[in-house]
Amino acid sequence: MNNQQAPLALEAVGICKSFGPLVANDTVNLQVEKGQIHALLGENGAGKSTLVNILFGLYKADEGEVRVAGKKVEMNSPHDAIEHKIGMVHQHFQLVPVLTVTENIVLGDEPTKKGGVLDFEKAAQEVEELGKRYGLEVDPRAVVEDLPIGYQQRVEILRSLYRQADVLILDEPTAVLTPQETDHLLEVLRSLTAEGVSIIFITHKLREVLAIADKVTVMRRGEVVGATDPKETNEEGLAEMMVGRSVVLRIAKSQATPGNTVLSIKELNVLDDRNQSALKDFSLDVKEGEIFGIAGVEGNGQRELVEAITGLRPIVSGSILMGEKEMSGCSAREISEEGISHIPENREKHGLVGPHSVADNLVLNRYFHSPFAARGIRQTEAINEEASHLVEKFDVRTASIHNPARTLSGGNKQKVIAARELSHDSSLLLAAQPTRGIDVGSIEFIHQQLVNERDAGVAVLLVSAELDEILSLSDRVGVIYQGKLVAIAPTDEFTRIQIGQLMTSGNS
Amino acid sequence: MKILRSALVPIIAVVLALLAGALLIQLSGSSPLEAYSALFEGSFVGWERFGTTLEKATPLIMGGLAVAFAFKGGLFNIGGQGQLLFGALIAGAAGYGFTGLPWIIHMPLALLLGAAAGAAWGAIPGVLKATRGAHEVITTIMLNFVAANAAEWLCTKVWRKPGDILVRTPMIEGSAEIPTFGNIPLGFLIAVAFALGVWYLLQKTTFGFEVRSVGLNPSAASYAGISTKRIVILTMAISGFLAGIGGSIETLGVLGRYEPGFNAGLGFDGITIALLARTNPIAVIPSAVLIASMDASASLMQFKAGVAPEITDVIEALILLFVATPIIVRWFFKSRQGEEISFGANWGSS
Amino acid sequence: MNSLLERIIRLRWWILVFLAIIAFTIFAGDFRQDPTTAILAATLRHSTPLVLGALCGMICERSGVINIGIEGQMLMSAFVGFTVTAATSSLYLGVAAGLACGMLMGAALGGLTVSLQGDQIIAGTVLNIFALGLTSFLYTPGETIHSKTPRISVGPLADLPVVGKIFFSNQPLTYVSLLLVAVIWYALFKTTWGLRTRAIGEHPSAAETVGVSVAKMRYLNLIIGGGIAGLAGAYLSLEAVGSFERGMTNGKGFVALAVMIFGRWNPVGAWGAALLFGYTNAIQTQFQFRGWLTGHPQFIGMIPFIVTIVVLAGFVGRARPPAAIGQPYTRE
Repeated sequence: MNNQQAPLALEAVGICKSFGPLVANDTVNLQVEKGQIHALLGENGAGKSTLVNILFGLYKADEGEVRVAGKKVEMNSPHDAIEHKIGMVHQHFQLVPVLTVTENIVLGDEPTKKGGVLDFEKAAQEVEELGKRYGLEVDPRAVVEDLPIGYQQRVEILRSLYRQADVLILDEPTAVLTPQETDHLLEVLRSLTAEGVSIIFITHKLREVLAIADKVTVMRRGEVVGATDPKETNEEGLAEMMVGRSVVLRIAKSQATPGNTVLSIKELNVLDDRNQSALKDFSLDVKEGEIFGIAGVEGNGQRELVEAITGLRPIVSGSILMGEKEMSGCSAREISEEGISHIPENREKHGLVGPHSVADNLVLNRYFHSPFAARGIRQTEAINEEASHLVEKFDVRTASIHNPARTLSGGNKQKVIAARELSHDSSLLLAAQPTRGIDVGSIEFIHQQLVNERDAGVAVLLVSAELDEILSLSDRVGVIYQGKLVAIAPTDEFTRIQIGQLMTSGNS
Repeated sequence: MKILRSALVPIIAVVLALLAGALLIQLSGSSPLEAYSALFEGSFVGWERFGTTLEKATPLIMGGLAVAFAFKGGLFNIGGQGQLLFGALIAGAAGYGFTGLPWIIHMPLALLLGAAAGAAWGAIPGVLKATRGAHEVITTIMLNFVAANAAEWLCTKVWRKPGDILVRTPMIEGSAEIPTFGNIPLGFLIAVAFALGVWYLLQKTTFGFEVRSVGLNPSAASYAGISTKRIVILTMAISGFLAGIGGSIETLGVLGRYEPGFNAGLGFDGITIALLARTNPIAVIPSAVLIASMDASASLMQFKAGVAPEITDVIEALILLFVATPIIVRWFFKSRQGEEISFGANWGSS
Repeated sequence: MNSLLERIIRLRWWILVFLAIIAFTIFAGDFRQDPTTAILAATLRHSTPLVLGALCGMICERSGVINIGIEGQMLMSAFVGFTVTAATSSLYLGVAAGLACGMLMGAALGGLTVSLQGDQIIAGTVLNIFALGLTSFLYTPGETIHSKTPRISVGPLADLPVVGKIFFSNQPLTYVSLLLVAVIWYALFKTTWGLRTRAIGEHPSAAETVGVSVAKMRYLNLIIGGGIAGLAGAYLSLEAVGSFERGMTNGKGFVALAVMIFGRWNPVGAWGAALLFGYTNAIQTQFQFRGWLTGHPQFIGMIPFIVTIVVLAGFVGRARPPAAIGQPYTRE
């Protein structure tokens, strides 16, 4: 025993968890010391989220135990975790959008007057004080859905601090933040450890691990493959540990040779779901043979832009030209037939009809065309033939093309969508968050496909919240901020810091 | 094997419902055995009774098809009652209103006019849903009440035979009648043909593919360029069309005229049948025959076993209860399967 | 002052509608006080089952569960309440039995939707058909009760002109419904229960992660809601009609849902909406009394249903329903 070792705040011992045939955690051990920032590193699907969901009582482990301060505890629900002073900042924020900041923070642990009547004033005051103390200021009376993403994350953190968490779990907290916001968050975390709070920090970004972690545990395919001090390693070492082979961190691509303008958007105005202005006099040109990347914090009009171009959202004013043809007012079908392919942001909801077979999903944009249909009758043989061909070409892992698409893994679902959209004869490819939440192998594959499309002369419009993705793929970058493009330039004229500033403030 | 497996849940549901019904019959002081043998005797023993069962099954098949088809498109049509009623009424009006037409023209014409009336009545909630976001469950039910009132008014003020004290249309012309061959009603065969047709439409055509896609994932369907509004309206119209056929056959093949109140509960039975058939159009046929057999033998059950005829309502409700809850599926298959359609989505929002 | 003016401007259409209704009522009442008062009092009475049904639907939907089975809950409770009163001659026991039956039906909906994760719309429909079948089977025609719930006058307030007859001289469940509107409004927006209820209807997993049990809260609220629907049922058989009839709810459970949507999932809004619907019923009687449209009673009978459709088509989407309704919640 090493006597120098600080006491353990939280410990996972021999955790096993399966979802059906999928083993998400296989005898996982994790030891978090008091006051430590412990990074949990691994690619998507490595089992990090499963592990912390078990630590937080959201999932029940099949085997193994959780120890808090050395004692075995039963984690049957988040309620138990909160009892043991464990807090969690979720990857998809667990906030009620229509409630205020204060209501969200006190929910489940409300200060009350007699008879269950809420003491809202007292609560708001406490929230305000907490925010000041930790550098996480936020208006306690604001409605959460009106707040920018970075502030919503503050609310999540404050909620754990309000419950006096000793251990704070953050699941991919920087995925939605700009570089500047990330720096601020890391500072806040540092100051928290100074007060004795232990932090589990989940990420797949090596840079952050090296910047902040006291210790790193690396997971791969549901197993812990190593735990080390980040100071004793480097990016390459960590990457190899994470993926199990050396990875190409950059896609090899040649210089772009842009040609004619394919898509031309002029002074476009579009409303969001709440009838607020989402795009304001938005203008943009994309040329054949280039990848145009749109960088920006999520919720600045990206989704509305994509939906407007594809005809899924009505436009208020402005024009969208495909070549010479005006597309505004056309139906989604007409626009797709004009030569636009679309890899949507939300693959389960918008990209696939889950219960339909893989084959049917592979022709979802062409099922009515010959040879897949003749006089309104579906031609099953032609559909199956095309599906078998695409499954092979795009290396979709499925037992059969007749299996329901929803049974595929995230990466394979995305390959089905990519296969379908890329085999559609098109001059413009819209790719929205094309690699979100999929494994490294699939990411590489999708990236390569985008570059191939570009080299074949297709105009590619890439929308991504991952700055790294934008920077490594795009030939030109535009930064979107509050519904406007605040800067456009060739990629190499920007630095990460500049883009980050443009993303948060609209100017550099 | 696959057919057996998917038929298992409905069969278990029916058995459970019959067992629960037996308990109720026992509690009400009668013999379940006597009651159930009367049920079987009253519906299947003898060609004549079997014919009656098929006759009663006919509107049930159409009502079940109407609900099942709408289900496939993600819509819950509780308005089968109103659509059926309009079909029956208009078929009745066309049946006596046109004179001097040959059977080969008059009968199909009356049948189709009734169906068109059902389609129009079904399209209303479709349009309201597609353009205004009004949930079809409430609008279809409200339209049932409106239809009952409107039909009564039409029967009283427009199509009543002078001097008739009852509120009903005059008898239809012989040239509009749907005949019965021996004991097998032609209407039943028409209904079976429609069941096959609906299956073909859903499984083999691009339109059916669009309907199923919209039913399973409307957002993905619209991302794929399918106009969900158009599909919603068409689905409801076709659903109403099918119910309208059911009403037409009842008028032209069984009653010979339209009388208000003939179809009490038929619309709800359609829901039970569609769920019992797990929305498979072919499986609607045996499901409807099963429910019809209960209706056909209810009076014999009362006569022989002294059970109130409403017991069949309870057993049907129990069948629905068991078949609509995933509980049996869970017990027997240890996994979630069955319908993936969610009717709760888009509730109260456009 | 400004805010008052703004509020008046914002509500200008409603104020106009209200004034138009009052004017029409006075006209329909032949410019005499008694018939006019009678129409308005009848409006309140007719609105009682609707507002109770709407409150039931609201509590369920606010917690994320669509309750399309209000109709069945009301019908079953109307039957049980009537049967218990017929057997015991006690109206209070009857009302209590109706309440309990409604709560049981609420728990049944909970079983189908929360525990078994069934489709909420289908589950509600099952309740409706089940209630219709079972009450038809169990009901023996000819059973009677001796009286309906008595009219209670609230002291001197009942003697006030017009207002006294409308508000302070009613039967008990009508008072209960008014009280419930206020209580549920306060509870929904000012108490811990309300905060948690709204949270699980908007974002159940968020509530679960802060230790609020979504399943328990949904069960609790479905049972409370069912109880309120039970009161509506008891109102029908014990307060309004004084007997039980097959299918006596006659679509009121569904109209109540439209009332809830029209009232934007807010108890006070629902009360206003229920009054509007109650008015369409109350005015029918006056139409018959005045001999208007008597040759075509079917058209008068259609009014509440058509109004419901118009309301749904016109107002859905203007207000946002709770975000999580219709979806079963699972933790894993």
